[in-house]
Amino acid sequence: MTTTVSPPPERAPGRPRRRRRTTDRGLNRAFRWVAVGAGVLILAVLAAVAVFLLQQAWPALTAGSDELAASVPRYPDDTSLLEYVGPLVFGTLLAAALALALATPVAMGIALFISHYAPRRLAQVLGYLVDLLAAVPSVIYGLWGIFVLGPAALPVWEWLGSWLGWFPLFAGPVSPTSRVLATVAVVLAVMILPIITAVAREVFLQTPKLHEEAALALGATRWEMVRTAVLPFGRSGVISAAMLGLGRALGETMAVLMILSPGFLYSFKILDSAQQQTIAAYIALDFPEASGLAVNTLIATGLVLFVITLAVNMGARAIVARRKEFSGAN
Amino acid sequence: MSTTTVPDPADATARTRAALTGADGARRRKDRTMTVLIWGAFVVAMAPLVSLVWTVLSNGAGRISMDFLTLSMRNIFGGDPSGGIYHAIAGTLIITALATVISVPVGLLAAIYLVEYGKGALARAVTFFVDVMTGIPSIVAGLFAVSLFTLILGPGVRMGIIGAVALSVLMIPVVVRSCEEMLKLVPHELREASYALGVPKWLTIVKVVLRTSVAGLTTGILLAVARVIGETAPLLVTVGVTDSINFDPFEGRMMTLPVFAYRQYSQGLATCPGGESASCVADIAIQNAWGAALVLIVLVLALNLIGRLVNRWFSPKLR
Repeated sequence: MTTTVSPPPERAPGRPRRRRRTTDRGLNRAFRWVAVGAGVLILAVLAAVAVFLLQQAWPALTAGSDELAASVPRYPDDTSLLEYVGPLVFGTLLAAALALALATPVAMGIALFISHYAPRRLAQVLGYLVDLLAAVPSVIYGLWGIFVLGPAALPVWEWLGSWLGWFPLFAGPVSPTSRVLATVAVVLAVMILPIITAVAREVFLQTPKLHEEAALALGATRWEMVRTAVLPFGRSGVISAAMLGLGRALGETMAVLMILSPGFLYSFKILDSAQQQTIAAYIALDFPEASGLAVNTLIATGLVLFVITLAVNMGARAIVARRKEFSGAN
Repeated sequence: MSTTTVPDPADATARTRAALTGADGARRRKDRTMTVLIWGAFVVAMAPLVSLVWTVLSNGAGRISMDFLTLSMRNIFGGDPSGGIYHAIAGTLIITALATVISVPVGLLAAIYLVEYGKGALARAVTFFVDVMTGIPSIVAGLFAVSLFTLILGPGVRMGIIGAVALSVLMIPVVVRSCEEMLKLVPHELREASYALGVPKWLTIVKVVLRTSVAGLTTGILLAVARVIGETAPLLVTVGVTDSINFDPFEGRMMTLPVFAYRQYSQGLATCPGGESASCVADIAIQNAWGAALVLIVLVLALNLIGRLVNRWFSPKLR
C-alpha cells in the first residue's frame, strides 16, 4: 500500500516560531525533561535487557560443542547449542499452544458473558473475580496443580488414553503420576484466562450500540446479534488477545517447574511423563546450582525465550494498535 | 429475472407465520444453548479460583501460628515442626518495597510524560514498548538482573537488590499502564482552568492532575505491587535461598515467601527415624509450603481489596 505524503504545511511567514518558549523555562523545563527521561529510561531498560542477555550469553554462543559438553551438566556430546535448545523450544511452544487452545474459547465465553450476558450490576464485580485469577501467585498454581488438579484430572487422562489413544497427542502410556504436559496445559490455561478475557472484553464492549440494536431490530436472537455484530467487530481484538495469552503461557515458569516431570524429546505425548520440558522451567531448575559456562548457556536459552515472547507480544500489540487507529466506528 | 406472482393474502400470512415460528424453534434452541455455554464458561473459570482458594485455606490454616509467623528456619532440619516463615515474610516485604521504590517514580513520570507531554514518534514508541514489556517472561527479567549485576559485581552474587531490580522490570510497565489510564480520566477543564489562572504546567500537573487522580494512582500501584509480590522465578535466580533472617538487601541471600513455598514443596517428605512424633512430622515441608502459600495469598487478596476500596471511596465523583 502506498500513500502519497503531502509536504508539511509551510508556516505562515511572520508568525512567531514557538509561542511556548516564553513559558518553558526553569522548573517547567526541568519537570518536562524528567518526564521525558522516564519515558526514555523505559526504552533503555528494554534495550538493556536484550543487550545484557546477549552479552552474558555470548560465551555460550561462541563456545564449541565439546567445550559446552565438558562444562554444562546433562549436555549431550556432539550437539550444537541449537540442537540442544531445540527440544526446549518445542516443549515451550507445545505447552503454550495447548494452553491457548483450551483457554481461548472459555475466555471468549467469559468476555461475552461480562460484556453482553451478565446482569449489568454484577458485570463489574464478576470482572474483578476473573482478574483475581491473574493475581494468584504462580507458585500457588503450582501447588494446586500438583496436589488438587493432578489427582482430579488423572481419570480424565486415563479415559483419553484408552479411548483416544490412536490420536498422537493422547498416545499412551498414561503416566499414573499426572505430572504430564496435559496437566500443565490446563493450569497454564487457567493462568492466561484473565489476560485474554480482559482484552477481549474491552473489544466486545466497544461494539457500536447501533450495530447491536440493528441486529436485534431485524429479529435476531441474542446469540445471532453476538455472532453477526459483536464477533466480526471484535475479531482482530480477539486474535491479539489470544497472542498476548500465548506470550504469557510461553514465559510461565513455576507451574511448569512444579508439575511437569521433564524430558528432552520432540514428543507429542502429553499424557506420558518425562517427555517435554519448557525453557523457563529448565532455567529455573538448573540456574541456582549452575556456574561458569553453564550460566552462560542458561542465559542463552533465556535469550531464545525472550526473542520468542518479544516477537509474539510485538505482533499482538501491533494488531491492537492498528485496530485502535481504524476503529472509527464510534 | 424473477417472475412475480401475486399470492393470495391469507395464504401469504399463514406461510409467513409458519416460516417465522417454524424457524424460531431451531433459532431459539441455538440461542438457549449458547446462553448456557456462555454462562458455563464463566462457571468453568470460577471453579479453579474457588477450588484454589479453598485448598490453600484448608491446607494452610492448620500451620498458621504465632511461632510460624515469628520464627525463621535457622537450624531446623528434617521433620522438625518448630520452624517458621518470619525470614521469608521479611524478605518479601523488603524486596517488594525496594522494587516499588524503584518502579513508582519511573512509572509515574513515564505515565505523566505520555499523558501530558507525549507527542510524536517517541511517545508512540514508549506506549508500544511499555505494552510489549508487560509480556516479558518473569524468568527473563531475573536473568537480566543477574547479567547486569554480574557485570558490576562479578559472577555468583546473590542479593536482595538484584531481585528488586528484576521485579521492577516487571512492575514498571504495569505501573505506567494503570497510571496512564488514571491520568487520562482527569478532565481537561481542570487543567485549562489552572492554566488560565497562570499556573505553570509542572505545577498544574503536580497540584491539579496528580491531586485529582491520587486515588486511582494508589489503586494502580497497589495492584502492581500485588502482581509482583507473588513472583517466584526471578527471585529464585537472583536472590537465592537462606534459612536465616536477613534484613539487608545489599548483602547476602534473602528468603522470600514464594521461593520458600517452592523450596519446601521440593524438599518433599522428611524421614522420621523414630516414627512420627511431636518433634518430627514427615510432611512438615508440604505443610510449611501451604502455610506460606496462605500468607502469600492473603497478602495478595488484601492488596487487591484495599486497592479497589481506595478507588471506590476516595476517587472524586466527576459525574
